[in-house]
Amino acid sequence: MFHRECGYYKTSYQGDQAILPFPIAKQAIFGLLLLFLIVIPFFANEYYLSQLSLVAIAVVGALGLNILLGYTGQISIGHAAFMSVGAYTAANLVTRIEIGGEQLPFFLALPAGGIMAALIGLVVGIPSLRVKGLYLAIATLAAQFIIEWIINHTPAISGGAAAAIEVDRPALFGWVMNEQWELYLFVMFFAILAIMAATNLVRSRVGRALVAIRDQDIAAEIIGINVFKYKLYAFAISSFFAGVTGVLYMYYFSIATYEQFQIVVSIDFLAMCIIGGLGSIVGTIFGAFFIIMLPVVIRIVMESFGPYFMDPSYLPQVIGQLRLIFFGGLIMVFLIVEPEGLNRLWQNIRNYFRVWPFSY
Amino acid sequence: MQPILKFLSAKFAWILLAAFIAFIVAEGGVGVLIKDWRFAVELAVDGVLTGLMYSLIAVGFVLIYKSTDAINFAQGEFVMIAAIVVAGCLDWFGLPLWLSILVGFGFMVVFGMTLERFVLRPMIGMNIVAIIMATIGLAFFLRGAGPLIFGAAPSTINLPIPDSPIVWGLLYLTPIKLLGAAVSILFLAGFGWFFLKTRKGVAMRAVADSHQVSMAMGINVERYFAVAWVTAGVVALLGGLAWGNMIGVDTQLALVGLKVFPVVILGGLDSIIGVIVGGIVVGLVEALTAGFVDPYVGGGMKDFAPYVLMVIMLMIRPYGIFGRRLIERI
Repeated sequence: MFHRECGYYKTSYQGDQAILPFPIAKQAIFGLLLLFLIVIPFFANEYYLSQLSLVAIAVVGALGLNILLGYTGQISIGHAAFMSVGAYTAANLVTRIEIGGEQLPFFLALPAGGIMAALIGLVVGIPSLRVKGLYLAIATLAAQFIIEWIINHTPAISGGAAAAIEVDRPALFGWVMNEQWELYLFVMFFAILAIMAATNLVRSRVGRALVAIRDQDIAAEIIGINVFKYKLYAFAISSFFAGVTGVLYMYYFSIATYEQFQIVVSIDFLAMCIIGGLGSIVGTIFGAFFIIMLPVVIRIVMESFGPYFMDPSYLPQVIGQLRLIFFGGLIMVFLIVEPEGLNRLWQNIRNYFRVWPFSY
Repeated sequence: MQPILKFLSAKFAWILLAAFIAFIVAEGGVGVLIKDWRFAVELAVDGVLTGLMYSLIAVGFVLIYKSTDAINFAQGEFVMIAAIVVAGCLDWFGLPLWLSILVGFGFMVVFGMTLERFVLRPMIGMNIVAIIMATIGLAFFLRGAGPLIFGAAPSTINLPIPDSPIVWGLLYLTPIKLLGAAVSILFLAGFGWFFLKTRKGVAMRAVADSHQVSMAMGINVERYFAVAWVTAGVVALLGGLAWGNMIGVDTQLALVGLKVFPVVILGGLDSIIGVIVGGIVVGLVEALTAGFVDPYVGGGMKDFAPYVLMVIMLMIRPYGIFGRRLIERI
């Protein structure tokens, strides 16, 4: 069963270019879909369902950042700011526009938030033709602060002093998603959509152009790639994903507040991309899972063993500090030891079992 | 579509600058500035001194960039950890001030060397984006590890410096800021001389230019890396003492590091004189906008204005006022 390639010969170009070239891949994907869409919502408890929902939302945002960082090689430390643009756009639309006594449905608010974020992303991306590397990192850092400040200090956007807008649960033709499993399926749907979109994007002409820019931008320009255009594409696409992530966060928490989108969140998403694997879709999913689940694991471990060697009243504080230490430390360790991240480990495992048990 | 975007990209900075100035004028800043010039002078002097204290922190950043071509996003955290160590010695072990500073000094030396050996040396020759991300990781690591090891309770470092301001005509000068500014200028002059005139300084600049060529020329790249990081750590200790005295010691101290970026971008990343000028400009802009524009927009201009200025600078002259323009080859 592990002999994946045995006996399958590609007889058509379609077969050669398929995303899932072997039956085992199709079966595996089918199995995973069955697991995540049917088995888990029925059997997992509320808490783990909510954590998995957060993973699903994070996957969307991390994919967007990885398109920019891993595929185009343009660093962005302002990813969370684009999420806040999406979230506040959607929140304002949803609360101000009413259709038949109902708030604006999510299938309009979601793309609207994404498009608004993409436009702001274009504005931030315009300088990317002139600046790169370090300067781009600093420019996006500035974008993070500037966008945060503008949202905070414009009551028309932020909805008053607390800078928070509450929204209703998403509803589809009268079906209001109140339960945890409904929300889980809601965000999971968009995560799967994002994974499919990103997978297809990086196989396309645009994706290849982005990779060429990452590897050597001047050389890419010489072979006829319009670097300016594709860098802007990358920023717009990445920001679109970020905006959608912001809207999903807004629906998931029923509130849009700038506190969800501070610079720490940008760093979390950077960590997802680096730990998961730069320039890899599967890796991004691993990374999002890893980064969301790590605090859960730290908390469980500390709560069960912590009281033996410290005052329990310190625990919450220590857990927060440990979280920072692990995030920062893991970013460094992965960059130094395994720059290709979890994706590389997964590839190694797969390659080992590819010919197992016969190593020839 | 594309010509429009290209045009926007070329003129974007000017449009933004015009918008920023229009914003400040519209908020009534300039009119009040002329009417209320005494207040303005006070703010300006305070701003210049604060700006020079930003320079003190930015020195470490420029030093590392100039000598290793690496970007240190964790400079603010260096300052924080140095201050936390000194404050910990003072509070917990009750050591006298001079001994605490000595312990802090020793800690920063060991810290810089460890860092170089285990984080930066494996990354020699890697992509600049990878180094940026590694130092971001380092920043978060320190932000968690500092309070965890040395205690999270806020404290202060009391230097034997009077608190009462020196009044000199119109001017109110805070002694700690004066001292910080003086130390900052002294250090910058020293580093300027070091990089221009000494053999080691020239070697460091060569290392920054190209790791490979320097190695081929017989320069011990790793040693200069270590020297640069240790020096940056020691400079951070000075910044930590000055800022820790002024605003207290806890994780918030690391946020001072965020002001480093506007300072170095304005002045130029590899320019010593640029750090002073950039620091003064950032301090001025910060103090004046905080004094005159804040009442109209509801606060926060202190953190906002330097970044807007920096973005505009990035678009007009990314290499800064005094920085060296890089020409890229394939």
